[in-house]
Amino acid sequence: MNILVILKQVPDLVEELEINDDGTDLDRTWMRYIPSEYDEHALEQAILLKEEHGGTVTALCLRIGEVDDTLFTAAARGADRLVRIEGDFEGISSRDAAAVYADHIRRGNYDLVLTGVQAHDDLNGPVGARLAAQLEIPYVGVVSGMHLDPETGVIHLHKEYPGGLLTVIRTELPAVVGIQSAVKPPRYVPIAKIRQASKSAEIGEETAEPQSLTPGYTVRRVFKPEGGGRAEIIDGAPEDIAARLVSIFSEHGLVR
Amino acid sequence: MNGTDIGRSTLIGMPPWAIVLFYVLTAAALAIFTWGIVRLVRKYRMGRRAAGRRPAASELLRTFFRAIGNVTVLRDDLYAGIAHLLVLSGFVVLFIGTLIVLVDRDILRFVLPSLVFWEGDFYLGFSTFMDVFGVILLAGLLMLAVRRAFSRLPQLDYRHSFREEVSRRSMAAGDWVFLGLIFFIVIGGFALEAVRLVAVRPEFEVWSPVGWWASDILRSAGMDAGEASSWYPVFWWTHSAASLAFVAYVPWSKAVHMLLAYVSLAWKDETQNASLPAPPENEAGGYTAPTDLTWLELVGLDACIRCGRCHVRCPSSLAGMPLSPRDVILELRNHANNTLLHLRGNGNGLHRMTGDVIPEQTLWSCISCSNCATHCPVGINHVPLMVQMRRALVSDGSVDEQLQQTLVNLQRCGNAMGQSDRMRAKWTKELPFKIRDARREDVEYLWFVGDNASYDPRVQGYTRITAKLFEAAGLDFGILYEAERNAGNDVRRVGEEGLFEMLAEKNIRAFAKSRFRTIVTTDPHSYNTLKNEYPAFGAEYPVIHYTELLAALIENGHLLPVRRVGGRVTYQDPCYLARYNGLENTPRTLLDYAGVELVEMKRRGRDAWCCGAGGGRLWMEDIPAKDERPAEQRIREAAALDGVDTIVTACPKDLVMFTDAIKNVGLEGKFFVRDIAHYVWEAIEQPIPEHLEKEA
Amino acid sequence: MSISIFVIAEHLEGTLADMTFEMLGKARQLADEHGGMVTAVLAGYNVAQLAEQLGAADALILIEDELLAEFAPQPYQDVISGLIRERAPGLVMVGSTSMGLDLAAALATTLNVPMLSSCIDLSVEDDAYVVTSQLYGGKIMMETAVTAGTAIAQILPGAFRAEDGQRAGTPTLEEIPPGLHPENFRMRFENFIKPEAGDIDITQAPILVSVGRGIQTQENIALAEELAEALGGSVSSSRPIVDQDWLPVTRQVGKSGMSVKPRLYLALGISGAPEHVEGMKNADLIVAVNTDPDAPIFSVAHYGVVADIFDVMPALEERLGERVS
Ligand SMILES: Cc1cc2nc3c(=O)[nH]c(=O)nc-3n(C[C@H](O)[C@H](O)[C@H](O)COP(=O)(O)OP(=O)(O)OC[C@H]3O[C@@H](n4cnc5c(N)ncnc54)[C@H](O)[C@@H]3O)c2cc1C
Ligand code: SF4
Ligand code: SF4
Repeated sequence: MNILVILKQVPDLVEELEINDDGTDLDRTWMRYIPSEYDEHALEQAILLKEEHGGTVTALCLRIGEVDDTLFTAAARGADRLVRIEGDFEGISSRDAAAVYADHIRRGNYDLVLTGVQAHDDLNGPVGARLAAQLEIPYVGVVSGMHLDPETGVIHLHKEYPGGLLTVIRTELPAVVGIQSAVKPPRYVPIAKIRQASKSAEIGEETAEPQSLTPGYTVRRVFKPEGGGRAEIIDGAPEDIAARLVSIFSEHGLVR
Repeated sequence: MNGTDIGRSTLIGMPPWAIVLFYVLTAAALAIFTWGIVRLVRKYRMGRRAAGRRPAASELLRTFFRAIGNVTVLRDDLYAGIAHLLVLSGFVVLFIGTLIVLVDRDILRFVLPSLVFWEGDFYLGFSTFMDVFGVILLAGLLMLAVRRAFSRLPQLDYRHSFREEVSRRSMAAGDWVFLGLIFFIVIGGFALEAVRLVAVRPEFEVWSPVGWWASDILRSAGMDAGEASSWYPVFWWTHSAASLAFVAYVPWSKAVHMLLAYVSLAWKDETQNASLPAPPENEAGGYTAPTDLTWLELVGLDACIRCGRCHVRCPSSLAGMPLSPRDVILELRNHANNTLLHLRGNGNGLHRMTGDVIPEQTLWSCISCSNCATHCPVGINHVPLMVQMRRALVSDGSVDEQLQQTLVNLQRCGNAMGQSDRMRAKWTKELPFKIRDARREDVEYLWFVGDNASYDPRVQGYTRITAKLFEAAGLDFGILYEAERNAGNDVRRVGEEGLFEMLAEKNIRAFAKSRFRTIVTTDPHSYNTLKNEYPAFGAEYPVIHYTELLAALIENGHLLPVRRVGGRVTYQDPCYLARYNGLENTPRTLLDYAGVELVEMKRRGRDAWCCGAGGGRLWMEDIPAKDERPAEQRIREAAALDGVDTIVTACPKDLVMFTDAIKNVGLEGKFFVRDIAHYVWEAIEQPIPEHLEKEA
Repeated sequence: MSISIFVIAEHLEGTLADMTFEMLGKARQLADEHGGMVTAVLAGYNVAQLAEQLGAADALILIEDELLAEFAPQPYQDVISGLIRERAPGLVMVGSTSMGLDLAAALATTLNVPMLSSCIDLSVEDDAYVVTSQLYGGKIMMETAVTAGTAIAQILPGAFRAEDGQRAGTPTLEEIPPGLHPENFRMRFENFIKPEAGDIDITQAPILVSVGRGIQTQENIALAEELAEALGGSVSSSRPIVDQDWLPVTRQVGKSGMSVKPRLYLALGISGAPEHVEGMKNADLIVAVNTDPDAPIFSVAHYGVVADIFDVMPALEERLGERVS
């Protein structure tokens, strides 16, 4: 059982995000990257599968910002193989990134690819779905549980719907799965183990040229939502307040 | 009367077989004693080497006198202390007395008869002395028995704090056996003396007043010399057997503390709580099995006499959390015995030490206040033990979600709040002057502000007041801006050693880039680690607390308190100032300078009651507690003081905890918490430098 | 330009999801403004009776097959991509839902057409579809204009109002054969797993009515329960309420409780201490009611009401009641 986990670096939202001068993209000069939250769940799920069924887990990162720490952390968690793909990837879209990943996967020998269900900067949709479509293998996303039968090469995936409802989808391997949450939340890895891994684990290096097909759209404007910082104050008689609140709720699709 | 007539021989009138029997029994008792000791020593040798240095002879001697002087026992409980002193001195005197008789009668008499001295005036003095100390010993035992039987003291409540099913009946019975056995030996000794004095009645024996008086009673009850002679062997054998039994019993019971407490106290590393020991070099980097403990820690476990002093001072225990330092020690002892003595190997076998024997919730309940270790009469250091076990939990990734989030925040942003490190100095924006950047300009004082004082909106106001005080005093100071990281004191106490090291390294790198002479901290937690733990990582700078700096600024005239602020307040001693670092008076002087009347709480200084924030507890999910949280208990204590409406703190974490607690006990708007800087600021009033005027 | 929008309808266990109406409403509005066609696409099995709720669309394409009874990505992708290739609409609207997240990006890849996710607004300007996406956890908006043929937009739930799309009437119905290739499918739907009943998991609740010390007594918690019911949400609280044992600890939001991220967080009589805010600041919409105009909660809330909760709660409940009846 060979599992590939794709770890994507996304901007750390703790930092104030800056927009570039012509207002069409983020200013990435000072950007700090961290692995996407859902990808950490994907990694944890991979490790859980490995613990149950054996096999290897490979963690893959495009070089965006500082990725070695992310990879070493993956090793400390239990990843067996680390791969960093070098190239000009800052600001790469999920569509173009999927092509790079697909290339790596075609050359490898993976039974299962786990990605996070989405990342907060995926303007072009989840990378997992795109990847699977390129490889023409099955994809199921929003998965929060699974049951693998390594003998038959079949995996039963628990896909989440609102209100805690799940559907079980039976899928043949190889497949790509978009993880919403691992069966158990990612465990804490102490720094000592990461440091240890950074001494003992090796990162395999590859290079790739990101393709740049025309996206089919143009970015007109990148901006921050107004407001923020301070609430918009509603006043008046209780009835008026109630009326206004209900209309706000319905604007947000919260009441029928 | 001739001096040589005064005295007596022991084993009088005994048939030779009885004498032989006695020596055989003595040998057996000594053998059992030795066997017990060897067994213990073997166990201790399975522990790790203790990191501390070997105590010098002078220290060994000093500890000996402290132990004899009951210093650690008297310190916190006068009644128990006096009772113990009586028992201890009685016991020691009688023991030495017995040795003297042994030497004189069983050795000198045969080897060097000319040197025999247990006769004449010495004999008379000796007799009186022994009788008096016998009574002293009895009095002590009686005091202890009364306390145990009739007082409802919480420290004697043996109910288990985290394992309710455990019965402590046999443990309580063991205590009575210990008391009873000594009692029986002493009473038996007096009875024996009395019977002897009925049988033979030399006048000089009035020097054994108790025996004489008791023999009078026996005689008036109708016992004659003949009867007494026939009873004598019975009493003699009973007394002797009991005494020998006691000797054999020592290493197998709590009586062994007589020996082990001394070792534990003599070797105790007093600095170990303020500066935690390094992790053991095992895979977990923490304690997972009894063999991970140092030999000294293993000795400590056995030395514990379950006095419960730690138990009644543990804030978490009193808040009803599943922790009691006493029970942790007793469980560890049990586990160490079960595994090391019986199973061999590290023998963790069925139960993991960390997690099963000591449940995770118990370990996470500790707020590292060190109130336990400070008061333990036998010198046990609980905090390092707790932290070593936490290290093993962290290594396993067994931390709760909130703590995990905090640790990740600390990794990524260097602060527990998970805010951007670039925002660390944002609080300075509202100041009318700019604080210098110590990385760019030479300064005399490097102000290490700390997380709470930098980021928490409830504390920032006080941080700015402190800044203005420094500025008003014309102090040459700067801060590290975004290069400052959480100092890591509590990270280390959570058990995340690697992260602590990482934070320390980052801070130390920032220190190295800056030019300054002294570090001044706001947070007592930072103060502790910078002062006591950073030197081991190569950062040796003088470290002071801001209260010390403010006091110095007033004393040398840079700040002039011109106004008496007035009011009645009480003061909270932060654990990491008072208990850990003995800094008690300086903050009080500040209040004095400010003209504020200080009303003390009963628990203060090294006895102070913790606010509950330490050891990373502030970062974890609540552990269900049966009673009020420590901070709330403290606010009630403070608010009960006559005419006091404010608790003054010198720690940002106290400020946060008490702000919350005041609301919780329903005193919002009636009782207040303020940082000590507030009073100094009110008191100096004039002269405020011109550029500060608009703010003030 | 004449609008041509496909809306991929979503249904679960025989009921149309709100998402469908939210998308239809917006599509209808654009078609009304600019002229053109809205086509609903309904794939499923025995779902023809749902057609009568889709009056907001001009046309309905119905594709029925046993393999489409419940959602599984491959069969759905198969029929819908075929359809789009053949009809080439200007825009395909897909929900950013469990179903849409699997579908949209896969369709875009297979068809090699542009796809824009996390859409919270949609308009037509200068003959182009303009999509506003909410990215980076809501911190950044990105406005894009589609330049090429067909585009796929993945719409965030709640971006548009469902009632705008709830119109009775059956659109022109066109039934097409599924033309599935089951031999190519390497997955299939197996079964449902229903959630177990237990205490409410506030981290999963879409709407939280959260009470703080302002609620004053245990009895008053019932008022909050009623309001929560009217909103279709659950009750959570700040720590003091749990300390009083007025609610179980599973309802506590904050540093030492749960971190929640509901679509609406209604904070009633909560001051907004940092320990509390830590657990709820990421909610999509935060509305706070507090008598103290300086309460820190107002600096994280999107909307603030400076009023007594005991005035606001009944008024709000009444108002919500009116809408239902
Ligand atoms: C280590 C630590 C961990 C903590 N963890 C948590 C945690 O996980 N979760 C948590 O919530 N807290 C936590 N706290 C407590 C936190 O600091 C606050 O004390 C707590 O959140 C306050 O709760 P509150 O807002 O309900 O009460 P208050 O702060 O007392 O606020 C009550 C508010 O209600 C308003 N009000 C009163 N009456 C009315 C009315 N009739 N109408 C409208 N408004 C009214 C008042 O103006 C006030 O703003 C923690 C504290 C510490 C120190
Ligand atoms: S650990 Fe120390 S203080 Fe606690 S019960 Fe044992 S001897 Fe007493
Ligand atoms: S350090 Fe404090 S909280 Fe921890 S066990 Fe000791 S007394 Fe209890």
